[in-house]
Amino acid sequence: MAGTVIPFGPQHPVLPEPLHLNLKIEDEIVISATPAFGYVHRGLEKLADIRDFRQMIQVVERVCGICSMIHALTYCQGLESLMGVEPPPRARFLRVIWSELHRLHSHLLWLGLFADAMGFESLFMQLWKVRERIMDMNEATAGNRVILSVNVIGGVRRDLDPGQTGWILSELAEVEKGIKAMGRTILHDYTVQKRTRGKGVLSREQALELGCVGPMLRSCGVAQDMRLLGYAAYGELDFAPVVERDGDCYARCRVRFAELGQSIDLIRQSIGKLPAGDISVPVKGRPEGEIVARAEQPRGECLYYIKANGGKFLDRLRIRTPTFANIPALTVMLPGIELADVPVVLLSIDPCVSCTER
Amino acid sequence: MTITADRIESGELCRAVAALKEQGCRFVTITCVRADSAGAELLYHFDRELSLSHLRLTVSGDEVPSICGIYASAFLVENEIQDQFGLRFIGLTPDYQRTLYLQGEDSAPPFRGPSGPDRGE
Repeated sequence: MAGTVIPFGPQHPVLPEPLHLNLKIEDEIVISATPAFGYVHRGLEKLADIRDFRQMIQVVERVCGICSMIHALTYCQGLESLMGVEPPPRARFLRVIWSELHRLHSHLLWLGLFADAMGFESLFMQLWKVRERIMDMNEATAGNRVILSVNVIGGVRRDLDPGQTGWILSELAEVEKGIKAMGRTILHDYTVQKRTRGKGVLSREQALELGCVGPMLRSCGVAQDMRLLGYAAYGELDFAPVVERDGDCYARCRVRFAELGQSIDLIRQSIGKLPAGDISVPVKGRPEGEIVARAEQPRGECLYYIKANGGKFLDRLRIRTPTFANIPALTVMLPGIELADVPVVLLSIDPCVSCTER
Repeated sequence: MTITADRIESGELCRAVAALKEQGCRFVTITCVRADSAGAELLYHFDRELSLSHLRLTVSGDEVPSICGIYASAFLVENEIQDQFGLRFIGLTPDYQRTLYLQGEDSAPPFRGPSGPDRGE
């Protein structure tokens, strides 16, 4: 029997953003999957032609709402390396605090959407209720819930006073309580396991060959995390990548859930070690040369290539986002599964179309 | 400051990429640095245990060998470069024929040519 081609997306209840898959199916089993996108591409890299290198901080923050702070951080760190600028120690620790707040709210957002995709609406609402505390922390410390705009070349533009750090610690205790309460459901519920175990499996070798990054790669037994590069203040903090071995949707869920606790721990460590001093250094001059900068976003490795000629405008800015690296894995994960499992497997890569369509 | 990258010719690309795969490198991405009527410059990025290595390829025309046969995941970025820079990857599968981002009527590669504010519309 010849296969039937089913268009999945770009508008689909499980997709918050437009992504299209051409699914060839036979008897409800997926035979092949071909991804397509381009529905909301913005050409942000091209804006480097008409926005100077400082203005581009505001542009790269808008590549993605969920990890905006880490986009700006990666870009600023690349320029700082090019210009020989060393941000002050306090700024480096503050960058970790906001980065991990971003990871927390991104993972909680994903866990909620994942629960919703499985039809678990009450879990979705409870997870997003906890996430609101993180958004409140973002707003109270940076003035914005989503686009934090805290990074500048040479440091950060906002500081935390002792009252704020104390409040963050008390809020994190509540967040931790909420996460623990839901861990029993997320990790042990029969329905969740039935929908996720053994679905969309990737082996360690496949994940490496397909260029997977972040929780996708770590759920296949590869302990790779760009934070181990030691950028910002990560080199002075104690942590190890969260690794699972099964490579299925459940393993990806476990990695992200465990990373919630890791992020809380990293924020506590950063506040405990937060040094006194300036939050930025004055920066003069213009960048010249080329550099590759990397950072660990909630979805994985983000890469910025920056080429500058000493002028106001960059010669080239290239952004490789983590979802762009994880999409090819769908061509291997989807064949062989039932059509009804496609939404769950697709969502398990935590697709960010906004990043992909930068 | 410049990136330390091995300079290779078009004919050596697949062999060099296969050698990196043999060493256990993960394919990260390709950056097309420049493409104009004089040719194109591409950087291939690979990672091994958090250490990056790069290949710098300069081609005189618009045709570049595809590395999809070695790293299947390269199909996405090669299709993107075809759309944005107007290059053509030989052996690319699946080949979206420059419709990954562009529509049929938008045929001019938007990133091709000189960069900067003087480029004009």
